Amino acid sequence: MAVGKEIRSQIGSIKNTQKITKAMQMVAASKMRKAQDRMAASHPYATQIRKVVSHIAESTPEYRHSYMQERDVKRVGYIVVSTDRGLCGGLNINLFKAAVKDILEWKNKGAEIDICAIGNKAGGFFRRYGGSLVAAKSGLGDAPKASELVGSVKVMLDAYEEGRIDRLYVVYNEFINTMSQKPLVQQLLPLEAGAVEEDSNSRKVAGWDYLYEPDPRSLLDSLLIRYIESQVYQAVVENIACEQSARMVAMKSATDNAGNFISELQLVYNKARQAAITQEIAEIVGGAAAI
Amino acid sequence: MAMTMHCNVVSAEKKLFDGRAELVVASGIMGELGILPGHTPLLTELKPGSIKVVKQNGEEELIYVSSGFLEVQPDTVTVLADSAERAANLDEAAAKEAIEAAQRAMADQSAELEYAQAAAMLAQAAAQLQTIQQLRKKLGK
Repeated sequence: MAVGKEIRSQIGSIKNTQKITKAMQMVAASKMRKAQDRMAASHPYATQIRKVVSHIAESTPEYRHSYMQERDVKRVGYIVVSTDRGLCGGLNINLFKAAVKDILEWKNKGAEIDICAIGNKAGGFFRRYGGSLVAAKSGLGDAPKASELVGSVKVMLDAYEEGRIDRLYVVYNEFINTMSQKPLVQQLLPLEAGAVEEDSNSRKVAGWDYLYEPDPRSLLDSLLIRYIESQVYQAVVENIACEQSARMVAMKSATDNAGNFISELQLVYNKARQAAITQEIAEIVGGAAAI
Repeated sequence: MAMTMHCNVVSAEKKLFDGRAELVVASGIMGELGILPGHTPLLTELKPGSIKVVKQNGEEELIYVSSGFLEVQPDTVTVLADSAERAANLDEAAAKEAIEAAQRAMADQSAELEYAQAAAMLAQAAAQLQTIQQLRKKLGK
């Protein structure tokens, strides 16, 4: 019987697609757990160094590191952390929207933009969007090493040091929970005082300073570079956890949609088949009556 | 009861200690440091060595630190270690082996950079061994 041949083949191809999305969903789910563990592991360090650095920014040191000085903003640097691969829902698009919104604000104030793209998607997007892409890094995989990021971060830090950029932001997805991720634009340089809320016992004595060992210059140099690196690393790791959970959710809804689609098509197919049978019977009965 | 301060020890990979402490002893780049509550703000680099945290109940915790930073505020001490391990989890045999390997690399006259690397490795392994011995002495008492 040749009824609904197209419908049947359509159902078949949707079933194949469903198998793929189902598999991707499961892979993402297992990777997500690992990515979340990794994010949680490096989280304490990133928080603590953030706290220490905000203390430093609050103090009134005799030696002002260039990372602590506010300058007139003529050029702004962005480190945009995206995923390498697609099929993770609106994760990257939402991130780029947030980044572009921030970029436009600076452009309206007459500042120019430099971008360092981490991940394939950011590289592709900003090449099309047309900003000056000064560094790009992709293919970090699921478990990136801090050492792999150092190069691209250094480009931006050098630019800041030499006064080519006057502000540095990192843009990444904040992991809230498996179902929701939020694009976040975080200022790295210059250091913001009071970026971290103190518990309660925050000292309000003005004009205090640290004792430094060995000397403030070399100590702050290495500490602040470490701070930036750890923040960018944390952003990358967090973004990977976001990617996997966003992909899992996207693939789950794709699988569900395919299921709905299949049952709808099945209904149409059954109706067509039934109609054909009824028609055939009517023809036979009509033929018999004619004799 | 003795005065206490908050102490945080974190490495790039994990959190090692978070709680109240009466005394923290660390090996700063310019020498050993003993920090009691109410210390003036201080920021120092750490060299490979052990960190001793005396907890509220007098218990001690020994942690090996490869390098990193130490921040002191009057009521908090924060250790940002590059890599760290609890003394009880250190491997003595591995540390001894690492010392030998580093000494061999140093004896082997080659490039300047490699010598510096080997020296750093040696310092770390020696500090690990020292931490283990410190722990053993404490337990032996």
